[in-house]
Amino acid sequence: MRKSLRRSIAGALLALGASSTLPGLVQAAANEQFFPLATYRVGAYASSGIPVWAGMIDYLRYINEVEGGINGVKLVWQECETEWTAEKGIECYERFKNGLNGAPVAVYQPNGAPAAYALADKAAADKIPLITLGYGRTEATDGSVFPYNFPVMLTFYSEASAVVNYIAEREGGFDKLKGKKIATVYHDSAYGRETQGPLALLAEKYGFENLQIPVADPGNEQSAQWRQVRQAKPDWVFLRTWGVSTPVAIKTAARFGFPVDRIIGDIWASSDEDVLPAGDAGKGYLALTPYPGGADFAIHQKIKEHILDQGKSDLKDPKSFGSVYYNSGLVNAAIAVEAIRAGQQKFGQRPLTGDEGRWGLEHLNVDEARLKAIGFAGLMQPLRLSCPDHEGGGAAKVQQWDGARWKLLTDWVQADRQTLRPLIEAKSAAYAKEKGITARDCRAEQ
Amino acid sequence: MTFFLETLIGGLLAGTMYSLVAIGFVLIYKASGVFNFAQGAMLLFAALTFVSLQEQGLPFALALLLTVAVMALGAIAIERAVLRPLVNRSQITLFMATLGLSFVIEGLAQGLMGAQVRALDLGIDDVPLFIGEVMVSQFDLVAAATAGVLVTVLALLFNSTRIGVSLRAVADDTRAALSVGIDLNRIWQIVWAVAGIVGLVAGLLWGARQGVQFSLSLVVLKALPVLIIGGFTSIGGAIVGGLIVGAAENLAEVYIGAHIGGGITPWFAYVLALAFLYIRPAGLFGERAIERV
Repeated sequence: MRKSLRRSIAGALLALGASSTLPGLVQAAANEQFFPLATYRVGAYASSGIPVWAGMIDYLRYINEVEGGINGVKLVWQECETEWTAEKGIECYERFKNGLNGAPVAVYQPNGAPAAYALADKAAADKIPLITLGYGRTEATDGSVFPYNFPVMLTFYSEASAVVNYIAEREGGFDKLKGKKIATVYHDSAYGRETQGPLALLAEKYGFENLQIPVADPGNEQSAQWRQVRQAKPDWVFLRTWGVSTPVAIKTAARFGFPVDRIIGDIWASSDEDVLPAGDAGKGYLALTPYPGGADFAIHQKIKEHILDQGKSDLKDPKSFGSVYYNSGLVNAAIAVEAIRAGQQKFGQRPLTGDEGRWGLEHLNVDEARLKAIGFAGLMQPLRLSCPDHEGGGAAKVQQWDGARWKLLTDWVQADRQTLRPLIEAKSAAYAKEKGITARDCRAEQ
Repeated sequence: MTFFLETLIGGLLAGTMYSLVAIGFVLIYKASGVFNFAQGAMLLFAALTFVSLQEQGLPFALALLLTVAVMALGAIAIERAVLRPLVNRSQITLFMATLGLSFVIEGLAQGLMGAQVRALDLGIDDVPLFIGEVMVSQFDLVAAATAGVLVTVLALLFNSTRIGVSLRAVADDTRAALSVGIDLNRIWQIVWAVAGIVGLVAGLLWGARQGVQFSLSLVVLKALPVLIIGGFTSIGGAIVGGLIVGAAENLAEVYIGAHIGGGITPWFAYVLALAFLYIRPAGLFGERAIERV
């Protein structure tokens, strides 16, 4: 009796396999594109991560439900918790790199500097392009050496140049920078130290004094650093902190009497979560951002109508709708979606592999007209990538915290990328030499 | 000279903030010989509870009272669920239990109250004050005064009350205390509740400075060198240790850091603690353990 039951079940399973149902499932996966989400919803950086994933998921859901996917290719996603650590970031990548139920990975966002550095070579070997918006190796801008790394939109070098350009504008011109003091208070890590090279170069070019003051992780006590700032009396402070070290810096600066409106935070010190804990001390604080805060952009109206108001948002706290981190999720997702769209123009309207995704990224051209069409005008700068230029853009807006929300002070402040390019090429050449990489001939490929 | 004095005084005052965190460890270590790895999580939980209650519109005093009650209930739950089943187990077993407990408390805090950053305003201005030419922080002065009050209250509790005498008896010799009828479980509940309240005070002051968020639990990293230097069993030692660490790391960052790349405060405190371990393994005020071998 038991034997016959087993046979019946086995037979039924075989029949199921032979019928159209199973191929149907495969068929469904065959027209799906997998978006792996390496998230950090728990741990020390959860408060930053949660709105980012909400922005990403809301946009992916919007593409599926309103636009019917990318040219008919539906998007599927799954999360893996990294806690912003390299080891869990690698684990998640290994879990995801082969796709999900047949849906391939076209682009991968490691979401965290430690994982981005750890995965750089591995992803290249697996032919999966890494998108690192506002973080990762700056020298990966040079796609001839780093074909699978895309530090898109704003590298740390461009960020340093944009801040100097903004200060020059405020001071009345580049000639006024001579003799000025710009102190960089930075998180003492690979991320924090990344701007030392470009700032030294720019200090030499414009004649300002370049002070570098490190803050060790986690940076919850900064009296010694701000006492040095007070003694040095800089004209401006460029704040390159992350996590808890940003509100502590703002509050400690106030305690030492340094005017908050002479502090310019960088991309990772420019969110609501950075200024809210600082309370009144944060009023007037300036920050650079490639994805300004605000919910008045066209894409927000679309997402509000089709996702938020329908109760389909991933956002638990509606107050975060339009926050800097929520908007960063939107921009991250939009870049990935547009890259796949670009790739589909060559490979057809189907899910793309990693190598095809890389082609899409290297041929991405999101101009003003396209930004307007997708509802991102003003929220995102025009972005054109190529083999020699994996950054594109290179601009940021300057916003100011008024105690309740960010107010935009400028349009896009463009970095002087030409001046910095020799530094990038020297670093990428050194990397190629160290790893024995033969650089691609970008001119031949174009 | 003014700059040196300012750095020194600023460092000493910053050190009292470390002492506040270290006192919570000392209380539990004194009563049970256990290094409570969950102290940082308790501090986070207390601050998060307080801020969440305030967000619900509760006035400061009521939110504070309710948080104290929550921490007391938490202490009873921890004693019942974690400590009581592990009575007579080795100290390393209890230490590992507190390690697990820290994850449970952190997860519970985020699960119940969310992971978003909250601002905490205690109504203390964090602005510079000038004494002559020397600048000091008003907030740090309040923190130092709070530490002073806390030490006085704890000294009174330990020395002038029946509960205090029982606590000291358990700390000196648990078996002897049991043999004279002291209720060990109740003592543990009281000690964990007091440690939770001390965590609340530390959590509020640190939370006001950096915002109430998950990374608040990391401030315990500042307490470890303080405990090594001051001794694990002395509240006064925690204060002195905090002052030494605060002053030394600030002076080191300013006068040594500039020559070796800077950012040396976190590891300098541990190097200092290591040096103390060579000279006084039990810390400045810790009890020397003498065992028959």
